[in-house]
Amino acid sequence: MAMLSFERKYRVRGGTLIGGDLFDFWVGPFYVGFFGVTTLFFSVLGTALILYGAALGPTWNIWQINIAPPDLKYGLALAPLKEGGLWQIITFCAVGAFSSWALREVEICRKLGIGYHVPFAFSVAILAYVSLVVVRPLLMGAWGHGFPYGILSHLDWVSNTGYQYLHFHYNPAHMLAVSFFFTTTLALSLHGSLILSSTNPGKGEVVKTPEHEDTFFRDTIGYSIGTLGIHRLGLFLALSAGFWSAVCIVISGPFWTRGWPEWWGWWLNLPVWR
Amino acid sequence: MKTFFVVLGASIAFFLTVAMVGLTDWDRPPLSTTQNGFRGTAMAQIHTRDGVAEKKDANVAPAPADPAEPGEELAGTTYENVQVLKNVSVNEFNRLMVSMTEWVSPEQGCTYCHNTENMADDSLYQKKVARRMLQMTQHLNSDWKANHTGGAGVTCYTCHRGQPVPANIWFTNPGPNHTSGFVSRNNGQNMAAPSVGLASLPYDTLTEYLADKSIDNNAIRVNATTALPTTKGKPIQDAEKTYGLMIHMSEGLGVNCTFCHNTRAISNWQQSTPQRTTAWHGIRMVRDINGTFMEPLTSTFPKNRLGVLGDVPKVNCTTCHNGQSKPLNGAHVVDAYPELTKTTVAEVTKAPAPDAPPAGTPAAPATPPAAPSETPVEAPAAPRP
Repeated sequence: MAMLSFERKYRVRGGTLIGGDLFDFWVGPFYVGFFGVTTLFFSVLGTALILYGAALGPTWNIWQINIAPPDLKYGLALAPLKEGGLWQIITFCAVGAFSSWALREVEICRKLGIGYHVPFAFSVAILAYVSLVVVRPLLMGAWGHGFPYGILSHLDWVSNTGYQYLHFHYNPAHMLAVSFFFTTTLALSLHGSLILSSTNPGKGEVVKTPEHEDTFFRDTIGYSIGTLGIHRLGLFLALSAGFWSAVCIVISGPFWTRGWPEWWGWWLNLPVWR
Repeated sequence: MKTFFVVLGASIAFFLTVAMVGLTDWDRPPLSTTQNGFRGTAMAQIHTRDGVAEKKDANVAPAPADPAEPGEELAGTTYENVQVLKNVSVNEFNRLMVSMTEWVSPEQGCTYCHNTENMADDSLYQKKVARRMLQMTQHLNSDWKANHTGGAGVTCYTCHRGQPVPANIWFTNPGPNHTSGFVSRNNGQNMAAPSVGLASLPYDTLTEYLADKSIDNNAIRVNATTALPTTKGKPIQDAEKTYGLMIHMSEGLGVNCTFCHNTRAISNWQQSTPQRTTAWHGIRMVRDINGTFMEPLTSTFPKNRLGVLGDVPKVNCTTCHNGQSKPLNGAHVVDAYPELTKTTVAEVTKAPAPDAPPAGTPAAPATPPAAPSETPVEAPAAPRP
């Protein structure tokens, strides 16, 4: 197996969280580890169940395949396999696979002796998913409040869930999340354009240095956050987007059952002008 | 200076955050949720368990009065100036009068409508209004029975709830009579009006959609019927007015949009719930009430009962529903009052209010929409359960 010149340096033993050196080996370029095995187990089982669910359903149209959660009447109990039970097992597999992958990332970080930024960032994405299909259904008292697994059906769920609160754009945490998502893309496009332009100079010109990049943004907007700072900012913006998404859906239902426009009554009720 | 502004900004942010979290009337689990679509579609009604119990207690129908002794004598022959309940026995008539007092003016008593020196006297405006309201109740329980009021029916209590003036009435809202800030005109919106659930949507949407006597006017047709635009279509203001009306309906009935609609295709009747058909007729019923019964009473009411524009008090969905999808917990309130379930007087010789426009046949004023198939695109044709 071919190995990159510097790769040998990183293929070190130890740093595992569980299982000692039982699975501490590589298959080709891929580190295995205990959590690699559990990732594989959960993802294969979950995917197979999705295929089984699709086979039970009326269509193989990729857009219309739908594996729906149980009826609300089952509450937090297990539902029959073909009436939402599949969804419950698939959800369990998904959470298992995502968490295993994050923990495998932790083990790799420990081997490399680097910070936990990558598993931390991925954990925020997992948090958003778990909020949707575990935390919120638990708080609302029925697994049926989770979203269905299907390309179009989950979008229909999003639409109806929004309209459960009459006008979801008035949800303050949704406002924050949307703002962070847009700001993330803005920051990434600014950063990407800067890097691409400085590393692809015109004919006869040289590749530009970070000093040049800083100067460009100091000239145009009066400030440059710097080469390291832009990555910290990017991480903050992206994780905030995911975090506030999780907040905006967890408060919709468990902590606010009415129309979101009404929530803003606190502003009208400020003691200053009430 | 910089420090000062940093501290000032931080304090303002801190106090606003405290106000935002602290002044908000948050809900909390346990919730009471009901499903009204296929599983996983998120068509569900979301309430707190406490909220449901509270609402149930606040909407208890009063126990009906003891049945009247049978009697042959008719109110129309025994009493003078009985116009609507002529063919009702005297005992029934008196039982209803007592019930009406309990429903509408329990504190004020009979004298709220009657001159006790001469009960037949029509000098009090309340009596003229009450007579018209009796006809309205009969109309709602007979002509609208099939499409909206159903077996439950309505009595005076459905709206009045022991108050001479129902709590949930509305007037045309002319908006603020001043401009605010740099905005020269507000386009009839952005007022955080309670009628649209504090949204920025147009605040006087009810006048357009619920006050028009021609019950099939102002149909809501804002959704496109083709994937790509073929004509200029409706202005966005129409969509926003519709949205305002829908928020009113949702809040009036204590439900959310998914009670009637699958929002993936809001206008599509095939994907809507059966409740949407009832609501469709409900909009027209409210127009009928406001146009046929309330508006002609404008000159009967004293000035202080009218709105700022001199318009008559009007009803909307909340007037009866009061935050419930079925008013008064769905109690069949009219069962004990058969005289309210039919138009007891076929012909009325005299207009009930002298100054009202000649109401030729006030007993059957509007043709309730028979088959909704007369509407072109969005006819509520047998929605799937």
